[in-house]
Amino acid sequence: MYSDKVMDHFTNPRNVGVIENADGIGEEGNPICGDMMTFYIKVEDGRLTQVKYKTFGCGAAIAVSSMISEMALGKTLSEALAISNKSVAEELDGLPPRKLHCSNLGADALHLAIQDYLSRHPQEAASLKMPERSREDVYEERFGRFGHGPAPTEKAD
Amino acid sequence: MKGIYLDHNATTPVDPLVLEAMLPFLQESFGNASSIHAFGREAAKGLTTARETVAGILGCTAKEVLFTSGATESDNLALRGVVSANRKKGNHIVISSIEHPAVLNTAQALEKEGVQVTYLPVDSDGLVDPAQVKAAIRPETILVSVMYANNETGVIEPIAAIGRIVREAGVLFHTDAVQAAGKLPLNVDELQCDLMSLSGHKIYGPKGVGVLYVRKGVKLAPMITGGHHEFNKRAGTENVPSIAGFAKALELAEQRRKEDARRIGEMRDALEKRLLELLPQIFITAQGAPRLPNTSHLLLHFIEGEGFLMRLALNHGIAVSTGSACTSGTLGTSHVLDAMGLPKQLANSGVRISLGRGNTMEEMELAATAIAQEARRLRDMSPLYDNYHNGRMAEEDRRQYDVWASK
Ligand SMILES: Cc1ncc(COP(=O)(O)O)c(C=O)c1O
Ligand code: FES
Repeated sequence: MYSDKVMDHFTNPRNVGVIENADGIGEEGNPICGDMMTFYIKVEDGRLTQVKYKTFGCGAAIAVSSMISEMALGKTLSEALAISNKSVAEELDGLPPRKLHCSNLGADALHLAIQDYLSRHPQEAASLKMPERSREDVYEERFGRFGHGPAPTEKAD
Repeated sequence: MKGIYLDHNATTPVDPLVLEAMLPFLQESFGNASSIHAFGREAAKGLTTARETVAGILGCTAKEVLFTSGATESDNLALRGVVSANRKKGNHIVISSIEHPAVLNTAQALEKEGVQVTYLPVDSDGLVDPAQVKAAIRPETILVSVMYANNETGVIEPIAAIGRIVREAGVLFHTDAVQAAGKLPLNVDELQCDLMSLSGHKIYGPKGVGVLYVRKGVKLAPMITGGHHEFNKRAGTENVPSIAGFAKALELAEQRRKEDARRIGEMRDALEKRLLELLPQIFITAQGAPRLPNTSHLLLHFIEGEGFLMRLALNHGIAVSTGSACTSGTLGTSHVLDAMGLPKQLANSGVRISLGRGNTMEEMELAATAIAQEARRLRDMSPLYDNYHNGRMAEEDRRQYDVWASK
């Protein structure tokens, strides 16, 4: 069900770890399947010089975080912000439909780490165009208005 | 397939003796059991023998044994058949909240059709309290269904106690005994049940064949209509090869039950003991309750089940299963663990190991080492593991990991 590339990144995830004194940390959780990713970045001269992460999630989620770390490394902040769930899934030669939300998780966690960095570097932030999205927007984009998790079972009595 | 198979609650390989019992009915004795010529009579003889064998083990008469296409059909027939034939008596059924989807989703479908359903809660070990069964029964209750042993956790429900209460109240009692077969006694009178579902492929028999025991006098409407097969309760030309295989499998399961339970139980206990030595912060589910001797359900804290399962398969050729949300079609956590009150984050770390006849003690050591190794690797990359240790996790969440922990 997974592509060879997904399997490769899943079995040998690159750049796993944390960065002590990171310039930005982004943590994103999935309220439906309960998964979580944390990205750590180091920024020098507007470029990501280190990207590390920790992931609690399925095989796809692990592969996504590994792929994102490779894609983001060495990129400028705006280039890294352009990494989307779609581009990650493409780089991985596709993900099963059921697993597309795992790629959202990765892109969002990376973007949150960059936002975290920018919140402490207002000049740099001013020169960058950030997509204006609230947490609720992100949630709705990903899971629909009320999420598509299983409806709570009606229990008689 | 090489490797270590530890997923016997999902399915089992066909025993060579079972295959041997099936082959004649695929080849020389291929007749239709309804035909009156010699070919048909030979198949009919096989069918009768199989039915008598099963009846002998369940302690019932041959006429009370219906062959089906598997336990999913048996469970459907039990619920739908009883509801449909007893409409005049009432419109309310009671099931436990940890039933297999074959019962649970059938009950939910019936609910949409206007049947009232009570879902019984379970305690933190997954046990149904007979007193709560009693309290749930109303004048219009027609059926109670509680599984004998749970497929995920292996917890064994107090079926005889529940059955006594239900039948004293004049209500029919069904039990899904799929996981109990070959591990626990199946006498229907001792278990106090009116209907019981069994499946072939969990007891080293073929897939696609099962049994529904229906006590004499129970009103049951057929769900599959057609010819006069199975006492007019389940139409369709009898699958004689599989039925002969089922009977042989159940016969062997019963003969070997005590010895299997002892040997397999020793292996399971050794595996759990070793894992507790090798790996801190794990929880053995339902440890406080009677469990099937072959089943071990573990929470490997901070690790997501699907990734773990894949690593164990890829790197060690070990087959286990998980109820993690990521593996389920709905991305929801296991309803069984939910019902036991397990927080979602913990339930995603659930791993089921289910042993069988073919396993050896050496495999337990290999499996324990491999499980501990892969668990450590995944913990190394788990943000939850970090957060638990670096104080970034909310105190309430953190406490859950300490509460649900085996010492
Ligand atoms: C408890 C229980 N009931 C019912 C079933 C369904 O059995 P079958 O696969 O024969 O339809 C299973 C197996 O998946 C089971 O474990
Ligand atoms: S992280 Fe849960 S399905 Fe991928």
